[in-house]
Amino acid sequence: MTDQAYNFAYLDEQTKRMIRRAILKGIAVPGYQVPFASREMPMPYGWGTGGVQVTAACLVPEDRLKVIDQGADDTTNAVSIRRFFQRTAGVATTEATTEATVIQTRHRIPETPLKAGQILVYQVPIPEPLRFLEPRETETRKMHELEEYGLMHVKLYEDIARHGQIATSYAYPVKVEGRYVMDPSPIPKFDNPKLSGNPAIQLFGAGREQRIYALPPWTEVVSLDFDDHPFETSKAPHDCDLCGAQDSYLDEVITDDQGGRMFVCSDTDFCAGRRAKGHAGRLGAGQKSSKTFANSFEGIWPGTEGAR
Amino acid sequence: MTMMERMAVTDQPLLRVEGLTKRYGPRIGCADVSFDLYPGEVLGIVGESGSGKSTLLSCLAGHQRPDLGRITYDGRDVLAMSETDRRRLSRTDWAYVHQNPRDGLRMGVSAGGNVGERLMAVGARHYGEIRGKALDWLGRVEIAPDRIDDRPSAFSGGMQQRLQIARNLVTSPRLVFMDEPTGGLDVSVQARLLDLLRGLVRDLGLSVIIVTHDLAVVRLLAHRLMVMKSGRVVEQGLTDQVLDDPQHGYTQLLVSSVLQV
Amino acid sequence: MIEVHDLAKSFTLHNQGGAVIPVMAGAALTVAPGECVGLVGRSGAGKSTLMRMVYGNYLAASGSLIVAGVDVARASPREIIRLRRETLGYVSQFLRVVPRVPTLDVVAEPLLALGIPAAEARNRAAALLSRLNIPERLWPLSPTTFSGGEQQRVNIARGFAHAYPALLLDEPTASLDAANREVVLGLIEEAKARGAAILGIFHDEAARARVCDRLVDVTGFTPSVAA
Repeated sequence: MTDQAYNFAYLDEQTKRMIRRAILKGIAVPGYQVPFASREMPMPYGWGTGGVQVTAACLVPEDRLKVIDQGADDTTNAVSIRRFFQRTAGVATTEATTEATVIQTRHRIPETPLKAGQILVYQVPIPEPLRFLEPRETETRKMHELEEYGLMHVKLYEDIARHGQIATSYAYPVKVEGRYVMDPSPIPKFDNPKLSGNPAIQLFGAGREQRIYALPPWTEVVSLDFDDHPFETSKAPHDCDLCGAQDSYLDEVITDDQGGRMFVCSDTDFCAGRRAKGHAGRLGAGQKSSKTFANSFEGIWPGTEGAR
Repeated sequence: MTMMERMAVTDQPLLRVEGLTKRYGPRIGCADVSFDLYPGEVLGIVGESGSGKSTLLSCLAGHQRPDLGRITYDGRDVLAMSETDRRRLSRTDWAYVHQNPRDGLRMGVSAGGNVGERLMAVGARHYGEIRGKALDWLGRVEIAPDRIDDRPSAFSGGMQQRLQIARNLVTSPRLVFMDEPTGGLDVSVQARLLDLLRGLVRDLGLSVIIVTHDLAVVRLLAHRLMVMKSGRVVEQGLTDQVLDDPQHGYTQLLVSSVLQV
Repeated sequence: MIEVHDLAKSFTLHNQGGAVIPVMAGAALTVAPGECVGLVGRSGAGKSTLMRMVYGNYLAASGSLIVAGVDVARASPREIIRLRRETLGYVSQFLRVVPRVPTLDVVAEPLLALGIPAAEARNRAAALLSRLNIPERLWPLSPTTFSGGEQQRVNIARGFAHAYPALLLDEPTASLDAANREVVLGLIEEAKARGAAILGIFHDEAARARVCDRLVDVTGFTPSVAA
């Protein structure tokens, strides 16, 4: 069978139309979870089937696709999804955030600010932010309908009661345009401020849970908090050891069994770009890629869903 | 406001129920139930299993929709309200105490979080104040302050029931529905709970509708009593009058069937 | 204060073939403020029944029963509840309380129900308990564990805690020793002096003679005699 036997971007046209309808509805009602008939994809659930379907429905032949996994372009998942679309859609690919028209991501928003015209597609393991407190789908739908979001704050209350602060560090719940409470997918809360007022279109796809939701450009997104415990971003208190960036999200990489470790940008394109411009960190510019070391480690999503 | 003041201020019933009927197909859940409940009053509803008392309570509390009849709360037609308004009412002005505390508590959330939930649901966003109120209410229901961060699964049955009451009363509701609140508790624990409820009713001027099959409980708690059989109210009146001078044959049977201790 | 006119009462036993037992007919009496009226008649003649009807505990079949302007025979439960809270006190022979509630709180409860501050209510309760010779070490305990005489005195303290304008006393001096009997009679005399209308049942003839201004024989109200 030749590659040409695939329909463009793997999915048949009817399916893509169905997904586009869900996407348009999601964009029309920011933060609202739109059910869609998620298809079986040639990869397991948890590997980004929701994101892949949304990307497939968005792609046109002129697109340039970037795929990142926890900020990195060169990890297995990112590479295989990129190859998947190269093969089934024949689209151009890139690792440069600024050059991409469609970016599929797992667990990060690129450090480089996005522009109007770009589409950021998130892979989402569990789209329902209320799920861990209220297991009944009928009830959570009712809660969204009636804006009964007190429960979301109960979760944050429990955090402070147990840890003295809001310990939720990823998948930090947000309220969209003062209406729907939304799970931003397991991005670190460091990335939450980038959700709001972003010129790009942000689409969220959950394959196993069969939900799509969206943030149109310039949507107001507010992270939930308490008056006396306001939302704060957090990152490791270091500079990038490779490029010296002080304001990017870092991965901690264990380098030996003697306690040696390094902190590197989780966004490989951002880090490489800085080093190309001559910036250098504690360990200089000698390393090729932060993710060469980081593949075995990540600090933001210890759960099972979505993790390899 | 004390009960006296509340009662003096208004001569309007807090809740008026007229001709309430709920059928399950050809079967009657409850039929043609009418009564007024005034501020500060405790109304007991007794009857054997299947008498329709639980159906009535769930219709009143908005868990089921009656087929016929009117419910007026504080001058508002409850059945004509939007679901948003009705659910808001049930988070603020109303409370519902379940027989099994597990149905009324979030077992995976700490005691403080359980009490604070209703506050957060109506917009409280200050952690310190929420915790302060939770501590105050734990104290009122005699739960030690150092248990605030424990989950209810670590509590005894009586403590769980008291926690459920605190969780319900923290937003100062005016109308409380109780479904066998002392069922399933040891007698000694029951007594403590009854005393607590009496004090809260008196001090907060609560109106309460309490469904139970325990006549001793209603005698001590309810001002008025309604006796139900086969979905209908067969007798209602002052609690001690209904129990000591029952007029209906069924009530006479019910009262005479109680085992004396 | 208390006016009873042409009062009748019968019991219908639905579970015993619907037997109707008339127990009272044509009952009439009045009690003025500051007056104590004693009900007399042989056992079973209907003294307690009449008393319970005045309190609203038994339903009247016909007639009227006016207490402080409220017709108890026709009043709504809500009106009777208010009457009992503010105007009409009742000392029964039995103490019915929530188990495990301290004696002091049991006695203070009628005052708390009137919205009187807890400290003030407890002070009044403590004064009455002392006067009725209930040792202070018993105050924090529930009266359910007490002896019959102690329970009776707690009941009396509870009935006299609030200065009700009308009082119903069912054998208030039964099972009391001389000293406590004297205290109770003193309480009754004080209530009369402040203008309370009292309707009572006293088997204790000396007590009856001392506090009652008039006696009403309920034998005259039994249906066979009245018919």
